[in-house]
Amino acid sequence: MTNGSVKFWVIVLAAIGLGVTAYKSYYLGLPLTPKEEAEVWTVQARVSFKGTGGPAKVNLYLPEKTPGFLKLDEDFISSQFGLTTEKVGENLQANWAIRRARSLQVLYYRVNVAKSPIEVDWGGKPKFPEPPTFSEIEAPAIQAILDDVRNSSADVESYTRELLNQLNAEVPNENVKVIRRNAETAEQWVSQIIEILKGVKIPARDIWGIELSDARNDLRLQPLLQVHNGQKWITFHPKTGNKGMPSNFLVWKIGKNPLFEVEGGNKAQLDISVTKSYKDLINVASTGVDKMDSVFSSFSLMALPVEDQNVYRLLLMVPLGAVLMVVLRTFVGIKTFGTFMPVLIAIAFRETQLFWGIVMFTMIVSVGLLIRFYLERLMLLLVPRLASILIIVVILMLITSSFTNMLGAERLLSIALFPMVILAMTIERMSITWEENGAREAMKQGIGSLLVACVGYLVMTNEELMYLMFVFPELLLVMLSFCLMMGRYTGYRLVELTRFKDMLRNEKS
Amino acid sequence: MIRFAWPSELRKRGVLGINQRNADFIMRFNKRKFFPLVDDKLITKELALKKGIAVPELYGVLQTEHEISEIENLLNQHKDLVIKPAQGSGGNGILVIDGKIGKRFRKASGDLITLDTIKHHCSNILNGMYSLGGMEDKAILEYRVQFDPFFQHISYQGVPDIRVIVFRGIPVAAMIRLPTRESDGKANLHQGAIGLGIDLKTGFTTFGVHHNAAVQQHPDTGAETNHIQIPHWETILRTAVECADTVGLGYLGVDLVMDKNLGPLMLELNARPGLNVQLANRRGLLKNLMKWAEMKEIPADPAERIRMAQEALD
Repeated sequence: MTNGSVKFWVIVLAAIGLGVTAYKSYYLGLPLTPKEEAEVWTVQARVSFKGTGGPAKVNLYLPEKTPGFLKLDEDFISSQFGLTTEKVGENLQANWAIRRARSLQVLYYRVNVAKSPIEVDWGGKPKFPEPPTFSEIEAPAIQAILDDVRNSSADVESYTRELLNQLNAEVPNENVKVIRRNAETAEQWVSQIIEILKGVKIPARDIWGIELSDARNDLRLQPLLQVHNGQKWITFHPKTGNKGMPSNFLVWKIGKNPLFEVEGGNKAQLDISVTKSYKDLINVASTGVDKMDSVFSSFSLMALPVEDQNVYRLLLMVPLGAVLMVVLRTFVGIKTFGTFMPVLIAIAFRETQLFWGIVMFTMIVSVGLLIRFYLERLMLLLVPRLASILIIVVILMLITSSFTNMLGAERLLSIALFPMVILAMTIERMSITWEENGAREAMKQGIGSLLVACVGYLVMTNEELMYLMFVFPELLLVMLSFCLMMGRYTGYRLVELTRFKDMLRNEKS
Repeated sequence: MIRFAWPSELRKRGVLGINQRNADFIMRFNKRKFFPLVDDKLITKELALKKGIAVPELYGVLQTEHEISEIENLLNQHKDLVIKPAQGSGGNGILVIDGKIGKRFRKASGDLITLDTIKHHCSNILNGMYSLGGMEDKAILEYRVQFDPFFQHISYQGVPDIRVIVFRGIPVAAMIRLPTRESDGKANLHQGAIGLGIDLKTGFTTFGVHHNAAVQQHPDTGAETNHIQIPHWETILRTAVECADTVGLGYLGVDLVMDKNLGPLMLELNARPGLNVQLANRRGLLKNLMKWAEMKEIPADPAERIRMAQEALD
């Protein structure tokens, strides 16, 4: 019965912990190791114009819906211009304005984006378009193509694909040639296709964006075609006919309105450039978690102020130390002074570093033991004696600190965090063990505790583990599950395998 | 030379490990509310006296620092006595005094100590130095067991101590622990005492271990240790079973000593007895423990249970 409920909780807790971890890792893109890096593109739009001395206004569309990319941060360099952003139709627009603009004016918009599996809501169902009237030359050609396409398609999607196939055929027929004649630029080509689709009452529109590469200046916006199939917008490449968003394509605006406009200036120019860099994935991912509005973003420890974060970083490592103690004591069977004493010593080692920590520990405990043996002769009552040991431990710590300070080893100044109460108790227990069970046993347990503390230190300062615990605190549930499981572990301890080895002998002797 | 045993081999021999002892036997059969009955030796003694179980006579109890000054009277009344913490564990904090020379007192080891040292020792006991978790404790002063000359050849100083493991009122194993020079007169196997397994049926010692190695002779006296008939064996078994019935613990270790004049005396009970008894007998406990654990009804008659225990051994 107990075993049943333990198993239940072990499985439930482990499933929740691992499940949330997997969700955060796969869906939210949080990396499992701290060293992973993500590609980050910095996209910059530079608007320049010559002021005429009067008021000037600049409008620039901003990338807003960016499927496949996460906007990490954006900023504007506006010099003396006033800046507002507003929604214009389906797009977001930045409006710069200034009362007097003289000589060369330069405005910047900069955005950092990183790849992400996010999708966007392309907007609701549009109205059915009015069929346009085509010129007398085009009308029969278009009609012929449409008839052709209709015969070999079933729905909006296949219709569009078939249409694009026909129009982009390597060897165009006469009808296609007629249509191509009036569409030389990419923009005209998309418009032409949209017009044709309007003729069969398929809502279509163009979206514009740039292709991100390692580093490029003078990027031009490229159009993509979107058709609405009654439920959602489907994206096609107008030239290749491929469905879906091309990779590395950053959508900038919807519709064919000019990307930027300048009023009250001349020689207006827009340059878009892109550079690629690498950032720690965790920074990218944590921004992503915040932006994605997930339940987990509000629980994320990364949302805490930095100084609190450091406290939690340490706090989350303590259970790991406890789990280590469970393994070493219940599974291996190592004896230590006090159940969690080595964990506390290990925490202290984090401050002093391993080598100095061991030196300090050994020194304080051995000097403390000597003094404790002397105190035994004074026959003091227990509590005053413990307090005396505590005071002596503090004095020893002060002496070592100032001594090492003189030597110029700054490390040991941080010794203040050494758990003095624990040290005092260790000295007391060790001296009792010494008297009752002999020096050998006392040394054995003392060195055992120190070794466990060292292992604990190595585990608790492991970067990967620290990172894992901090980003995926739900792993605590997995640890809890493990401890519950170990709580019902009835197998042999490793030390028992040697302790009872002679039990096997009676057959042979 | 075998360096270690595979778990499957130990399992086959029915060796009980600490984890399983704790999870499957102590937690299942020892109700926590009964623990204080054995953790406090004073309560154990009172219960045993009520039941008519022979225990060393109680001379006095020290409960407060103030009462320690009265110890001189007690020491003058009784030349021979043992001072021990009521809630001590593992034999810690036990002081044996067997005489007075001038103003000083003689410890069992022969060392001489002053009255102040004894008082300080009592104060340490009261402050909880030897009790589990450092809780305040009481000091018990009691009759010092008179060494039975029967053990003269197989014991070095100290008194041998007989441990019987009783499960659900049925004895499952027994051993006798002989102090050696190395163990400083203490009957503790870790410290070098010898453990001899005892055949529950006959009361003869079967096998001996010293530091996990097999022994045939006592290292200090050279006397044979195998095949010794433990005196009063039937009484010992009966006492162990009665103790188990008294405290209501399913898995219990009963420690007895042999007094020259009074015969077997119950010294203390242990709710978490160690596993060394398996090494001393070179026989695992698990087989019989499982057998009794599955048994629906345990007979009420102690004699019947002892008979069951003896028959189960074959």
